[in-house]
Amino acid sequence: MTRNLKTALFSTLLLLLVSYPILGLKLSVIGIGLQVEGADARTLWTIGLAAVALFTWQLLRDRLPGAGRLAAMAPSMPGQVKHWLTLPSTQRWIILALILVALAWPFFGSRAAVDIATLILIYVMLGLGLNIVVGLAGLLDLGYVGFYAVGAYTYALLAEYAGFGFWLSLPIAGLTAATFGCLLGFPVLRLRGDYLAIVTLGFGEIIRILLRNLTDITGGPNGISQIPKPTLFGLSFDRRAPEGLQTFHEYFGIAYNSSYKVIFLYLIALLLVLLALFVINRLMRMPIGRAWEALREDEIACRSLGLSPTIVKLSAFTIGATFAGFAGSFFAARQGLVTPESFTFIESAMILAIVVLGGMGSQLGIIFAAVVMVMLQEMRECNEYRMLIFGLTMIVMMIWRPQGLLPMQRPHLELKP
Amino acid sequence: MPELYHYLQQLVNGLTIGSTYALIAIGYTMVYGIIGMINFAHGEVYMIGSYIAFIAITLLAMAGIDSLLPIMFVAFAASMIVTSAYGYSIERVAYRPLRGGNRLIPLISAIGMSIFLQNMVMLAQDSKDKAIPNPLPGNFVLGESTMNGVTISYMQVLIFVVTFLAMLGLSLFISRSRLGRACRACAEDLRMANLLGINTNQIIALTFVIGAALAAVAGVLLGMQYGVINPHLGFLAGIKAFTAAVLGGIGSIPGAVLGGLLLGVAEALGADLFGDQYKDVVAFSLLILVLLFRPTGILGRPEVEKV
Repeated sequence: MTRNLKTALFSTLLLLLVSYPILGLKLSVIGIGLQVEGADARTLWTIGLAAVALFTWQLLRDRLPGAGRLAAMAPSMPGQVKHWLTLPSTQRWIILALILVALAWPFFGSRAAVDIATLILIYVMLGLGLNIVVGLAGLLDLGYVGFYAVGAYTYALLAEYAGFGFWLSLPIAGLTAATFGCLLGFPVLRLRGDYLAIVTLGFGEIIRILLRNLTDITGGPNGISQIPKPTLFGLSFDRRAPEGLQTFHEYFGIAYNSSYKVIFLYLIALLLVLLALFVINRLMRMPIGRAWEALREDEIACRSLGLSPTIVKLSAFTIGATFAGFAGSFFAARQGLVTPESFTFIESAMILAIVVLGGMGSQLGIIFAAVVMVMLQEMRECNEYRMLIFGLTMIVMMIWRPQGLLPMQRPHLELKP
Repeated sequence: MPELYHYLQQLVNGLTIGSTYALIAIGYTMVYGIIGMINFAHGEVYMIGSYIAFIAITLLAMAGIDSLLPIMFVAFAASMIVTSAYGYSIERVAYRPLRGGNRLIPLISAIGMSIFLQNMVMLAQDSKDKAIPNPLPGNFVLGESTMNGVTISYMQVLIFVVTFLAMLGLSLFISRSRLGRACRACAEDLRMANLLGINTNQIIALTFVIGAALAAVAGVLLGMQYGVINPHLGFLAGIKAFTAAVLGGIGSIPGAVLGGLLLGVAEALGADLFGDQYKDVVAFSLLILVLLFRPTGILGRPEVEKV
């Protein structure tokens, strides 16, 4: 009992020290000086109640029925999850059903719903690309948004200076991002996992800082605007076509409707996602995909079996970057405007959160997580708490379910000792 | 001679900032040395240290106390105590349950913690810049005039003195005290230390607390030096301090100090050569170059991978 009392007092003291000075005292600018104000009564009550709750729980944790079970359940690392939802065959069927829903979506959903769905698809694409690097190859890439930025700026610059259209720029953007991935990846992939994370983070930041400061080329903080929208075999979706082009509604002789453009963009995004899904699915069954996963599990064993870790990692890095490049150029086309501030570390963290939340390596999980994340982002009322929830989710997921919400179970054999 | 003085001036400025990087880097290096993880949230602890110092200084100013000594004492004490609590709680909540698994799992948890803390401060204190007047204004000039000499502000002197004292205290603690010896033993071999009766959980928590307290010292000093804080400054400072730790050889405390000083000087000279907006690029490029050509850093030991 005294031991519990000590722990209870200690943890309550910690809670108060951690919460009161930052949450309970607010620096505010009054005139030219600063003043400290107390926070509102609700915050103080919350802190107080949390302290009392923590104290009681720590004091009585041995006595409470069920408390021991709760404690035993919480901090353990769960092993392999076995569930019919995680079987590859089930997941394949669910993905097929989802694709059907996605195809029907624009004809039933409202314009806003289609727009949000397009955003979801962008994140699905980014998540699938990062999944190759993080989920399959086990390389933590915190600068993934850098390749996204490269893709977006490739299209923006090509449209601005060379007058290239979207369809011509899309493969170029993918190639440019892949080149960047290869060039940046080559030197750093010899590094161990956690160093790699920080170095990629540095690369992402360098790309953003360069985009912001090379004002003559990239327009600096203002970015590049008026990027042309994609066309359907030369048919524009604007009300009036620029010189030499025909508009979609004139060609088919139907009335102009601005939602055609939204639906068209959505369908392009869907096409890109389907392409990504297909290519990645094929790659995973190819020797290179097996090598990625083998490398993630045991690098030394891979080396001794004659795989070159650098080449394998580099291929994962490059292919991941390519998808980011595609997503980036689509993003530029959809927004019509790119600025360096769209490509901050937070964006990288959000894509990573999608991969982690969904279950590393699982494509269905990523689709699911992208939907959740974008919905969370779109909800206006919890907008300011969004990032707070992101951070918390990442911690809780790592403690409670490091394999993600919907992991994919691979058929495997185990030797019983 | 103005040329030479100009570079000497950059050197002094660089060393000042570098010594605070070194303080933050010690937190990274100690944690890495013992449990081999990058405490990504360390930069946020530094930022919180700055906030606590600003709150303490403003409270004192509101109470009408404006002499230097109590302000300094209260700012350092409050900020170190609160961040120590943060260091301990972060380890207890977000890292301890994950120990012993895949290396990437604690790192992701740490990134989550960093995002969480940054946004918590942003929600509680809003994201506007907060400024206080310099509590220790004034400077002196070495040389003939400001143009033809090196200007050193009293604040810079304070930074040097406090950093030196903190490092002296730390190295005495590590080399002489019983707990310090336990820390070294844990860094050598965590499991063996555990078998020999050292409470390793306690030692790991202790390294987080020491790291957080030193980050708080840096937070107070840099907060006063720049006079402006916002919730975003932890991220960049954290990356730079990590660079410093890697530069010196992660796991080695003298290495962190050396790396911090070198990084500070490189950054000051880089900003001078390429312009201020590329200051951060210099730091990141340095990190990448070091990892490419000498991943173990200047004073680090090569790590042998065990099967």
